[in-house]
This record gives sequence, structure tokens and C-alpha cells, in this order.
Amino acid sequence: MEMLVKFLVAAIGAGTPLLFGTVGEILNEKVGHLNLGVEGMMAIGACAGFMGGYMSDNLFVALLCAFLAGVLAALVYAVLTVTFMANQNVAGLTMTIFGVGLSNFVGVYMVSHSENSTLKLPAQISKQLQNIHIPVLSDIPVLGELLFSYNVFVYLAIVIAAVCGVYLYRSKTGLNVQAIGENPAAADAASIPVTRWKYINLLLGGGICGLGGAYCGMIINGGVWISNSVNGLGWIAVALVIFAAWKPHMAILGSFLFGALRVLKYYKVGFMVGMPDAFFDMLPFLITALVLIGTSMRGVKGTHIPAFLGNNYFREER
Amino acid sequence: MEQQQSAIRCSGITKTFGSVVANDGIELEVRYGEILALLGENGSGKTTLMNMISGIYHPDEGQIYVDDTPVSIASPMDAQNLGIGMIHQHFKLVEVFSAMENIVLGTPGKLPSKRELRAQVRQLSLEYGLEIDPEKPVYEMSVSEKQTVEILKVLYRGAKILILDEPTAVLTPQETEKLFAILRQMRAQGCAVIIITHKLGEVLSISDRVTILRKGRTISTVQTSQMDAASLTEQMVGRSVSLSIRRPEPKNVQTILQVVDLTVQKPDGSIGLDDVSFTIRSGEILGVAGIAGSGQKELCETIAGLLPAKEGAVLYHKENILNKTPEQIIDLGISMSFVPEDRLGMGLVASMGMTDNMLLKSYRNGKGPFVNRAPARELAKKLVEKLSIVTPGVETPVRLMSGGNVQKVLLGREIESQPNLLITAYPVRGLDIHSSYTIYDLLNEQKEKGVAVVFIGEDLDVLLELCDRIMVLCHGKVTGIVDAASTTKEQIGLMMTGEMNQQEKEEQ
Repeated sequence: MEMLVKFLVAAIGAGTPLLFGTVGEILNEKVGHLNLGVEGMMAIGACAGFMGGYMSDNLFVALLCAFLAGVLAALVYAVLTVTFMANQNVAGLTMTIFGVGLSNFVGVYMVSHSENSTLKLPAQISKQLQNIHIPVLSDIPVLGELLFSYNVFVYLAIVIAAVCGVYLYRSKTGLNVQAIGENPAAADAASIPVTRWKYINLLLGGGICGLGGAYCGMIINGGVWISNSVNGLGWIAVALVIFAAWKPHMAILGSFLFGALRVLKYYKVGFMVGMPDAFFDMLPFLITALVLIGTSMRGVKGTHIPAFLGNNYFREER
Repeated sequence: MEQQQSAIRCSGITKTFGSVVANDGIELEVRYGEILALLGENGSGKTTLMNMISGIYHPDEGQIYVDDTPVSIASPMDAQNLGIGMIHQHFKLVEVFSAMENIVLGTPGKLPSKRELRAQVRQLSLEYGLEIDPEKPVYEMSVSEKQTVEILKVLYRGAKILILDEPTAVLTPQETEKLFAILRQMRAQGCAVIIITHKLGEVLSISDRVTILRKGRTISTVQTSQMDAASLTEQMVGRSVSLSIRRPEPKNVQTILQVVDLTVQKPDGSIGLDDVSFTIRSGEILGVAGIAGSGQKELCETIAGLLPAKEGAVLYHKENILNKTPEQIIDLGISMSFVPEDRLGMGLVASMGMTDNMLLKSYRNGKGPFVNRAPARELAKKLVEKLSIVTPGVETPVRLMSGGNVQKVLLGREIESQPNLLITAYPVRGLDIHSSYTIYDLLNEQKEKGVAVVFIGEDLDVLLELCDRIMVLCHGKVTGIVDAASTTKEQIGLMMTGEMNQQEKEEQ
């Protein structure tokens, strides 16, 4: 029992950066932009978040830096694909290569200019990053540990996912945004400002990815800067969007499930003990493949894949 | 009739796309309480003009007036605020949304609750005599239901000026009549309506005035009551044109293909063709009529060997050719040519020139590993001359050619392979009068040569004049095979909706 609780808590922690990335990508894809730059935007967010926290010793500043850096990275992608109508796949892949490279470059530069060749977050922010102890609630046995024993990122991610879910599926704006991803010409003819909403969604999504990056940069390696902290999580987030059927509340479930798969190798029981770690590392990808097969068999209309995903919209195209 | 207030007036509108002048100093006026028809051949600039009024394009020169006030319409939102609603030729609907979600899309203000919205849509439908299920998703709708949603969409926004771009192209005669009744009612309520259509009969029956465009210029605006089909065509084309289609007597008619109890599933599992039986004969044109999506596509593709059949047979001299590969079919002595509906998708490779597109049909005949382009180039040049195809050169990508010329390339290539069975799906779709008649002549020429021609069509007037027999499909079933010379448009229209179950009239 104690081990199960520990496993679930670890799963939620491991799933949190995925949740940021997935929700960010959902906002992108709902306006028809398949952004393969999630990994890059997260990497940039990781770097900006860590360095912001390192220099200011303030969690809020760190989060703001990560968010704004994600927005800036997304702005590059948005200008390329929305305004200049560049190929989305090429622009996204470029963003990933660029983002990871930039993040590591800045990291190496900062490390070489630090005192003892390591970057460690200062004391105050480290304290802010610790798990939050809520009086009474956190002390409830089992439940307290399961629900109220996390750092600020976990709660932030869930709140963002919930807000995005309401935004996309319950509000009129969300209806308009969905129309853009389904059929931008129809949205345009219905006098929805297509370009404006594309920018808003792409930038917001980028910012949220940046926050996910900040988790990777500041939490995963225990407050010490290490290159490549995102390490492929951005790619899993892209796949998770399909798993979540483009719904943010499903993304919460999916992220924590994939988080569980990622930490399973540390909590092997019974028959699993003899199996190699590599098998467990492979599991998320196997599940993704199965989900892809499953969703494609359900038929196009049942899933919520935006019909215009991956295509740029040019009003005067004839 | 008293002079009504002007709704939209265009003055000197010019729009160029690159080096192409689409609109050249257009003059047009529509008043409240009237229906104005806009008539012109393909490429005469009708749609471009309407797109400028609805804010999709911006004119290079000229001024648009709404209610006699000069306006600048920079986006569809501006058009909406001015009370202009456009129903596009290709519907602008979100497939996965319901009717009412599409209707409320993009309107200002808060999202009304589902119940409120449903009531609003009901109220509006009642007012104009439209029928729609507000909850039905668009992907489950028929074409005419989709059009109803489009109309409701513009009415919901309070449009007083309505523009319809070829609204009847995909409707049955009955649905067209219903649409016209709605338009007349809107006219009675004081709306201004602009309707674009190629069909002269419709222009004469629905409009009060007609504005005729030719090559991007306004030729004239006339009272419909003073015109007839011949005088309209003359204005549109610029010279008098004979509007009758030749129908030579079929000679030497022999059954070449016998389709027996053919049942075909669509890729999504629904029924495409349901127990279909008919014969295809040499030396005659068999027309196929039906609402779009009634099984025409499946019919062509199954006979052409592209789609597997579930049950039934297609017999050629007692031999079943179903589920045989195209090579095996050719070996049996059937030379089949298929001109698909999707010319640039299935028929030709859009980014290749004429020469390479010719090669697609003949590369197998070459010897050795290398391609010999010379004969293909010769053939391409020959077609350009014979069919007066307009193109900068035989190596120009075909996607840069106009619709009529693309169709000539495709049909020309297929005919050059000397088929004995020629299947054409909507060969004149989107072509203007002149190109259409060229295509009819080509088909008649093949028929006289003894080729069996299958003509899938949508314009019933053309089907009735060109074809010898007409088969009508409805939901994948044959609702009748009739002699074209002794059948009326209304009868075919009823069969298309499955209301009249006319059994085979022909003598077998």
C-alpha cells in the first residue's frame, strides 16, 4: 500500500511536464497548427526558467521567464507559419533543433562563468520549489499524500488544463477557435478573425510549453543545471495529444498515465522484477502506437482531430 | 414598378491576380426587394466580384456602395456588419459541428444556451419556411440540408443582402424549386438577392433583372422579362450560339458489358451500390443521373476495377471482369477509358506537363529501362492542335491550365487510346458553354465510332438532350432506366429522390 501511494505520487510528478506540453500542443492543434517544436519550446522554457530563478532567486520571476521565453519561441513559429505560411513540419522541427541547441548553449556558457562549474538554484527558490505542505489537508493519511503533497507545478498544470478545457469546449470563443482548426475558410466566412486567434493560441500554447520546460529544468535534476533536461518529453506530449483526443481533461489523465509508465521501472513488483528497464522505457511508445491504431479504427468523425490540422490557410487561394 | 432603394452598387471595380485581370471596371447594382441574376461564362469574373462584396478579396480599384454610402469591405466581418451574407458555391461549414453551432459561429455576444439557440433557430426556420434539425451534425447532412444551414447562417446574422454562388448546381429540380420559393419570400420581405447561375432556365424563372459579365467586364443589365435563353446566351458569349445538342441515331448497338446485381460497399462500410443491374451498349450514350453521392462514384470505380465489389458481376461476353486487374481486363479485349470526376487528382498529375501526363498511359509500351518522351510529346502537340487547347506549351504543368483545357487534355488522352468503353464522370462540371459543347461533340464522335459511352451528369437538360438512355440512381439503387427522348425532367427528378419507382421501360 505504501509503495502504491509512493508510485502514484511519483507518477503524477513525472506526468506534470507532459501535461504542460500536451495542453500547450492542444491549443496549437485546435487552430490547425501541428507544432513539432514542443520539445524546443520546452527546452527554451527550461533554460529561461532555470536562469531566471538562478539570478533572481524568486519562483515567480522564474515562471514568468519560462512562460515568456515559450511565448517568444512560439512567436517565431507563428510568424513563420501563420504570416509567411511556411511548412508547419519544417518550422516545428527547426524550432526543436534550435530550442534544444540554444538551451544547451546558454547553459554551457553560464556553467563556464560560474564559480565552481556548477549551477545550483539558490536557497529561497529551492524552498519555494519544495512540495507544499497544506495544513490539515496534507496530514490526512493516504489521501493527504496522494492529493496534497506536491510542488507548485503540479497544481498549476492541473489548473491550466482545466481552464483550457473550459475555454476550448465550453465558451463561444472556444467554438470559434475550434472552427478555425476544422475549416478556416468557414470560420473566416463567419467573420471570425482567423489570424488573430491563431496567434493567440499559438503564443499561449508556447508559454504553457515553456512552463513545462521550467519543471524539467528546475525539478527533474534537483535544482542543478544539466543539459538536455527535457530529453524527449516534448515528443511524448505531441503523441499524448492524440491519446487525449484533443481534450485537456483527458490530457490530465493521459499525462499521469504516461508519467506512471515512466516511473514504473523504479517500482517493479512480482513478475515485473526480472524484466529489463529498457522494456519499461519502451512502454509509453508502445501504448502510443496502440492508441494511434485504436483512434484510427474508431473512424474519422468520432475523434476530435481538427480537420485542417497541418495546413496553412490563405484566404485568397483559388 | 416603383424605383426601390439601392442595396449594393459597384462602380468601376477592378481586380487583378498577377497578370490576369479578373474584373475590369465592373458596374453592378442590386436594389432591395429584387432578385438580380449574375450571368457569365467561366472566368468572366462573377465569383471574384462576389468575393469582393463579401470581403474575401479587396478590389484594386473602384468603389462599392452599400445603401448609397461608399464603404470599404476589408473582411467578412465588415460585410456581415453591413448586412451582406454570402452563400458560397463550396459550403463553408464545419463538418463536425451541429447545424446550430454552425449558425451561431462567429456571431458577436455571449453564447446562448442550447435551449435558447434551438428556439431561435426554430423561430427563424418557421419564418422563412425552412426545415432543419438544429442538432444534426453537418457531416450527416445532404447537400440541400447543408445549403439550408448556410441560408439560416446568413439570416441569423440579420443579412438583408444575400449572395448565392451557383446554389442550384448540386440540387434536384424539386430542391431548386424549394430554394426559389424561399428566395421569392425573401424578396417579398424586402431583401436584396444576387444569384449566380449557369442555368438559363433558372435565370429566366427567378430573377427580376440580369447583369451579364464577359471577360471581367459588365456587358449589360437587362430586365429578365424582355429576354429569352437565346438572347441571354448571345450576350454572354458575344455571338449567337446554337443551344441544341446533337444526338445522332445510335447505330450497330450491341451489349458490351452487362452489370448484374452489383453491390458495393464504400470504404467507410456504408452501401455505395445496392443490387444494381444494367447494360452498357456500344454506339450509344448511357446517361447516369442522381443526386451527388448516390453511387455514381462507386459505379465508375467498380467497373474500372478500382473498387472491389461485394456481390454481383460485370459480364463481358459471359466472362466476369470483376476483381480482375486492369491488365487482365485489357487482355480480354476491353479497352476501357475512365475520365474521373477529380480531374487533377485521379485523372492527371497536376504538377506534370501534358507530355508526361500522356506518358502515364503509355510508358509500359516502351522498351528498355529508359523513357522515350518523343512519341508522347508528339501526341500532346497533336491534341493541342486538334482540340484547340490553350496552353503556353506542352511542358507547362497542367494545374496552370483552365478547367476546360484540363478536361480536353484528359479526355483527349483517353480517346487517343481508342477505347471501346468510355466512362466519363461529370465531364463538363465547371466548364463554360463553349467548352461544354466541345466535350459533347467529342462524346458524340466516339459514339458514332461505335464506342460505348457512359456519361455521369448533373444537368438534367443536358442528360436528356445528349444521352440515348438514362439510368437514375438514388441511394445506390437504380430507380429507373428510361429512354431519354420520351422522358421529362420532372420524371427524372422524382426518380432521383426515389419517389417514383419507374421500372425499366426499355425493351431488353
